[in-house]
Amino acid sequence: MSRAPRAQELGIIGCHVCGLVCRTPAGDGAGCPRCGAALHRRKRNSIARTWALLLAAFILYIPANVLPIMRTVSLGDVDDNTIISGVVELWIKGSPSLAAIVFAASIVVPMTKFLVLGTLLLSTQRGSRWALRQRASLYRAVEFIGYWSMLDVFVVALLTALVRFGFLSQVEPLPGVVFFGLTVVLTMFASMSFDPRLMWDISDDD
Amino acid sequence: MTEQTPREDLPEPVVRKHRFSLSLIWLVPVLAALVGLSLVVHAWLQAGPQITITFQTAEGLESGKTPVKYKNVVIGKVTGLDLTDDRERVRVTVALNKSAESFATRGTRYWVVRPRIGLGGVSGVDTLLSGAFIGTDVGDSKEEQYDFKGLEMPPAVLHGAPGKSFVLHTDDLGSLDIGSPVYYRRIQVGRVVSYSLDKDGKGVSLRIFVDGPNDRFVTRDTRFWNASGVDVSLSANGLKLNTQSLATVIAGGVAFSDPRGPHDNTPAAEDADFALFDDEATALSPPDGPPRYIRMRFNQSLRGLAVDAPVEFLGVNIGRVVSINLDYEARDKRFPLTVGAVIYPRRLGQAYEKLAAKAGMKDGRVDLGRMFGPLVARGLRAQARTGNLLTGQLYIALDFVPKAPKAHFDEAATPVDLPTAPGSFDKLQEQLADIVNKVQKIPFDSIGRNLDQTLAELDRTLKQVNSGVLPELKGTLKDAQRTLGSADNALSADSPLQQNLGGTLEELRRMARSLRALTDYLGVHPEALIRGRPDDPPPAPPERTRPRAPQGSKP
Repeated sequence: MSRAPRAQELGIIGCHVCGLVCRTPAGDGAGCPRCGAALHRRKRNSIARTWALLLAAFILYIPANVLPIMRTVSLGDVDDNTIISGVVELWIKGSPSLAAIVFAASIVVPMTKFLVLGTLLLSTQRGSRWALRQRASLYRAVEFIGYWSMLDVFVVALLTALVRFGFLSQVEPLPGVVFFGLTVVLTMFASMSFDPRLMWDISDDD
Repeated sequence: MTEQTPREDLPEPVVRKHRFSLSLIWLVPVLAALVGLSLVVHAWLQAGPQITITFQTAEGLESGKTPVKYKNVVIGKVTGLDLTDDRERVRVTVALNKSAESFATRGTRYWVVRPRIGLGGVSGVDTLLSGAFIGTDVGDSKEEQYDFKGLEMPPAVLHGAPGKSFVLHTDDLGSLDIGSPVYYRRIQVGRVVSYSLDKDGKGVSLRIFVDGPNDRFVTRDTRFWNASGVDVSLSANGLKLNTQSLATVIAGGVAFSDPRGPHDNTPAAEDADFALFDDEATALSPPDGPPRYIRMRFNQSLRGLAVDAPVEFLGVNIGRVVSINLDYEARDKRFPLTVGAVIYPRRLGQAYEKLAAKAGMKDGRVDLGRMFGPLVARGLRAQARTGNLLTGQLYIALDFVPKAPKAHFDEAATPVDLPTAPGSFDKLQEQLADIVNKVQKIPFDSIGRNLDQTLAELDRTLKQVNSGVLPELKGTLKDAQRTLGSADNALSADSPLQQNLGGTLEELRRMARSLRALTDYLGVHPEALIRGRPDDPPPAPPERTRPRAPQGSKP
C-alpha cells in the first residue's frame, strides 16, 4: 500500500513554532535555526506529560467540587455555594437555562475532557487503530471547548468585583474556585501536550 | 519515495544539550495529590465531635448554615435536621469544630437565639437579618456528652457570670417570670432565674441571680419585695404614686433593700433563703415572727368586715382577719359570728418582749392565753370598728374598754378566744337612736296646728288689705294722677293759657310802640294836642325810571 512518506524517512523535521522545515538533527536537543525553538519529531514525552497533567487536573477537580466556590452575603444572610449547590439553587430559583449552562460549563465540559483525553491516551498507548478519524475530531473538539470551562471562574470574578454593597449584598470567592481554575488550566495543558500525530504513527506502522 | 535521503539544501539544526529530566512532569500530579491530601487532612483535623440537640421547634434553623456560637464566636454548624422518633421534638445535628471539643460535655446548654420581643424588651435583633443561631453556655464538667436537650429560652445566667443566686419564698408568683428584673435602688442588678412550686404546694420558691459586684449589697438582713404593679397611696401628704420602673408595672420585678436603722451588714451567702414580701412597706417593717391564730365571737352584724381586714392593738397593726363564720346558738336563738385572725405578736415590739417574758412558753411558743389573760382582766376587748366612714369597712380593734362588763376568758384554750365588746359603730347607732327619740318627742303636731292658725289669721288680714285698703289707695292714686295731668296740660307749650298769655304780651308791646310814636310826635308837634294832626302830604310821584324791559326780550 502506498502512502505518503514520513518526515523521518525524508530526514527532515518541522519546527513547531515557526514552521521551518530542516534536516533531522543527529542527536537530541536540536534547536530551530530560525526561531531558536527546540526541534522534536513529535511532542516530547507527550503521553506521559498528558497523563500527568490529566491526573493532576483530576485530583484538583475533587476539591473544586467539594469546597464552596462562592459566598453570597445578602442582608447578613451568608450563603456558601459549591458548584453543584449553585446549579441546584439556580434551577430551584427559576433559571433552568442558566443552571444548564453552568452545569455544562462546570461539570460536563471538564468531565468530558477527562474522559476524552483518557480514552485518547489509552487507545494511543495501546496502538489501537479503532475509529481514528473520530478520535481525531474528538481531540479537536476537546481543544476547542477547553477555554469555555473557565466560565465559572469568570462568573465568580465578575460578581466579586461587581457586587459590593457592603451589608446589603456581597459576593466573595472561596478556595473552591482556585481549584476549579487550576483544573481547567491543567486540562488545557494536558490537551495541548497531547500529540495527535502519535495516533497516526501507529496506523502507518504496518 | 520511502528511502529518500535528506535534502542537502535544508538547514542544519542547532544541537543543544538536554536540560531537565522528562519525568519532572510527574511532579504536577504529585503536587496536586499533596494539595488534595492536605485538604483531607485539614478537614480531618478540623472536624470536631458531632452532637445532637433536641428542640421543640426548628424554626429559623437551617441545615448546613445555622452556626453555633459561643460568645459570638462560631464553634460549629448545624449539619442536619430531623424529627425525633416520637415526633415530639426536633433533633438537630451539629458538627462542632475541633477547638470546640470541650463543648461536648455535661452541663453545656444550648438554645436557639431568635429575635424575641417580650415585656422586658427586645433581644436578638441582629438575628432578624442574619437568621437564628444556636447559643451555647459551657459548664464545668469534663464528662463527655453528645446528646443534649436544648433550652427553649436563653438562660438568664451564663455559667461563670460573677454574682450570687438567692432563693426567695413567697405565697404566689404574681406577675413575676423568668427574666423578671431585680432592682436595687431602682437599678437593675439581677433577674429571676427560675421558679418552682414548693413541694408541699403551699408556696413558690424563686431563684434570683444578682450580678456581681452588686451582689454584695444583699446582706443577711436584706428584705425583698415584689415590685410589680403600681402603689398608689393617698395620704395627708397628697397622692403618691410609687413604682420601680414602668417595665415592672407590666412585667413584674423584685426589689430589695436593707431595712432602715442598724442591721447586720454581712453579705449573704450563696443560695441564702429570703422571704419575698408583697410590698415595700411590709418588707421594711420589723420582722413579724411566726403568726398566731386567735378567735373572737361577735353578737352583732359585721357587715363591712372582710377577710384581710386589719387587726389593730391600740392602733398598731398586728395582724389580719382570716375567716368570718356564722354560728348559731340554739339556747339564745342568736347568730354569733366567729372571726378568726392571725396576729403577729412580735409586731408589738418591746411590749411583746416584756409580756412574753411574763407569760412564759407553751408548746415551744409564747403562751398567748397567759399573755392575754391579765390584759383581758383589765378590760381588753375586741371590737369591730368602722375604719372608713365612706365605705363602711370594719376592722378589728383590740382595745381597753372602760367599764367593760366582766368577760369569761379561758387562758388554756387553743386557739385563744378573745372576748368582744360592741363596737364603736354600735354605740354610734345607739346615739343615733337617742337622737331620733329626742326628735320624736318634739310636739310637731301642736306646732303644726298653731302654725296653721297663725297662717289663717294672716290670710284673713291680707284679704282685708286686699279688698278694703288697696282699692281706696288705687282711687287716690288715680285722682293724684289726674291733678298732675291737668297741671301738666296747663303748663304745656301748646295750652290755650300759654297762647293767651303770648297774645296779651304782643298787644302790650304794640301798645307801647303806639305810645312811643305818640309821645315822639307830641314832642315835635306839641300843637297837635290842640289842632290835631295835619293831613299827610300827598305822596310824591314816582321817579321816571321806567323799568327797562329786559334785553333780549325785544324782538
